[in-house]
Amino acid sequence: MSAKTDVKTFFGFKGITLLCLVILYAPLIVVTLYSFNASKSITVWEGLSFHWYLDVFVGPESAKFKQAALNSFVIAIVAATLSTAIATAAATAIVRGGKFRLRTASLGLISLPLMVPEIVTAVATLIFFNSIGFTRGFLTILVAHTAFCIPFAYLPIQARMQGIEDTYEQAAMDLYATKTQAFRRVLLPLMMPGIVSGFLLAFIVSLDDFIITNFVKGAGVETLPTAIFGSVKQGLKPNIMAISTMLLAVSIMMVTISYFVSKSDNTK
Amino acid sequence: MTDASQIAVDVRDAVKRYGDFTALQKISLSIRDNEFFTLLGPSGCGKTTLLRMIAGFEDVSEGGIFLYGEEIENLPPHQRPVNTVFQNYALFPHMTILDNVGFGLEMRGASKSEARRRAGEMLDLVQLSQFASRKPAQLSGGQQQRVALARALAPSPKVLLLDEPLSALDLKLRKAMQIELKHIQRETGITFIFVTHDQEEALTMSDRIAVMSAGRMQQLGAPQDIYEAPRNMFVADFIGETNLLEVSVDAIEAGRATCHLGGGHELTCNAVDEVKRGARVHMSIRPERLFLSEHPTESESLKGTIVENIFIGTDITTIIDLAEGPNFTVRTSNSDRGTKRIFEPGAQAYVNMEHGAARLLVD
Repeated sequence: MSAKTDVKTFFGFKGITLLCLVILYAPLIVVTLYSFNASKSITVWEGLSFHWYLDVFVGPESAKFKQAALNSFVIAIVAATLSTAIATAAATAIVRGGKFRLRTASLGLISLPLMVPEIVTAVATLIFFNSIGFTRGFLTILVAHTAFCIPFAYLPIQARMQGIEDTYEQAAMDLYATKTQAFRRVLLPLMMPGIVSGFLLAFIVSLDDFIITNFVKGAGVETLPTAIFGSVKQGLKPNIMAISTMLLAVSIMMVTISYFVSKSDNTK
Repeated sequence: MTDASQIAVDVRDAVKRYGDFTALQKISLSIRDNEFFTLLGPSGCGKTTLLRMIAGFEDVSEGGIFLYGEEIENLPPHQRPVNTVFQNYALFPHMTILDNVGFGLEMRGASKSEARRRAGEMLDLVQLSQFASRKPAQLSGGQQQRVALARALAPSPKVLLLDEPLSALDLKLRKAMQIELKHIQRETGITFIFVTHDQEEALTMSDRIAVMSAGRMQQLGAPQDIYEAPRNMFVADFIGETNLLEVSVDAIEAGRATCHLGGGHELTCNAVDEVKRGARVHMSIRPERLFLSEHPTESESLKGTIVENIFIGTDITTIIDLAEGPNFTVRTSNSDRGTKRIFEPGAQAYVNMEHGAARLLVD
């Protein structure tokens, strides 16, 4: 790239970059740092301590948080698994199904929920559950999460699949594999990086969802985000920062795994 | 052993349509057992479509395909005892070379160990045993090509289909592979159907060639027939280089036609059944069957002016502007330089035809 068009030479490039980074990451860093604060205050630093982490696990609110965390992880794992399975089937049909009617419409419909404001989806889901008489509780959260995770799981799977030439399956079928064998032995292993990415993305999206969960959850059923919100309403304590930091760590872990999996391109 | 005259693949009036477009128009051809058969033509002529119809990746709009007498056009690809070497090889990137080669055997029901043993033998045949545990991406293009060949041969197909498998290789490797392919075909005795757009490749390897263009078969024959006796303009032009003259046919007698050019100059050449007396058609003659002289050697010699000489290694190509026709290309082998004169550009010379080298074409 020539020096003239190199964006690094633009006026204020460094300043703007720094500003963006600070706005994005300063709050996260502050939360992480203050989760190790010995003080009860959330603004005054009084020295390093794991007190609040201990508080999360054995403190007065620990039972509530443990139950919420368990709910969150069970819902995230089940919803991510189901939505990834559905997304894999959808991607196979849309990418490999040839030109069928409503193909473009199907593609649009499956990714549309990403563009719809979440509050609209939340209200609509709530109305849906009410109208069919589905009592709100753990199951309603699970069903709602499975549904809204599908587009998140779908996108990486589809992207991956478009990079797989159909001659691989043809070669498999030419070598006496049935359609099912060609899918299992050739297409599925090649799709795997996309499927893992899709699963991890769906898992993260489910784990930290608040708006939809808050609408469809039954009384007494909490996930981590709703439990945190409930606790914050009664005053912000540093134990919330500790929980947030742990959630952040889980997210970073997932993103890292997803990055390395998608980098291991086994078609090359 | 099967009878050498037995038909391996019989294509009967096969038609392929995509919507309104007809890719193949009533193709009929019989490919013999143990034959190296080539489908030759420019891109878009339908040769790959025909190959994919035999493999089972394209369905047949009309007509039938028979494999050793058994009708196969309605069978799915995995039930046809034919294997394909794909243009891009399509090796399974997540499997080792050994597992790639053993895949077909395993799918046919061989045990894993049996498939591996036989795959190992196939890798020996293509001299790649030392790469058995590698992944396809770790091999060069030429090596991948040989793995694709071994993989397709491993289940001992009745017919091997090859879809321009050499087109991605460089010239030297391609030449070496041409010889190796021919060798493997003889050794295994499997019928090969080879698709290519490269006429030289087709001439080098094939027992018989079907020249195709615009979804039709233009000519079917041994390489020498196709080259020496092209049936029509397309074949004459597509295979090798040729000179064309527009002539009127005056008389036909004992396989020889007497014709005249626009200016009245009289010529004789080989006749073909389809061209009758009085027709205005093209006459074709290969550049290497012409020679130049300072004076006419016979009444048929054509006068012209030398345009240029092009040195092409083994030969010199001379372009000469005929007084009574278009530019002609004359090829003089460098080994003939002692006996044949090279004329300077601008010089007057006569073009002479070897007897029996010129022939009429069906338009």
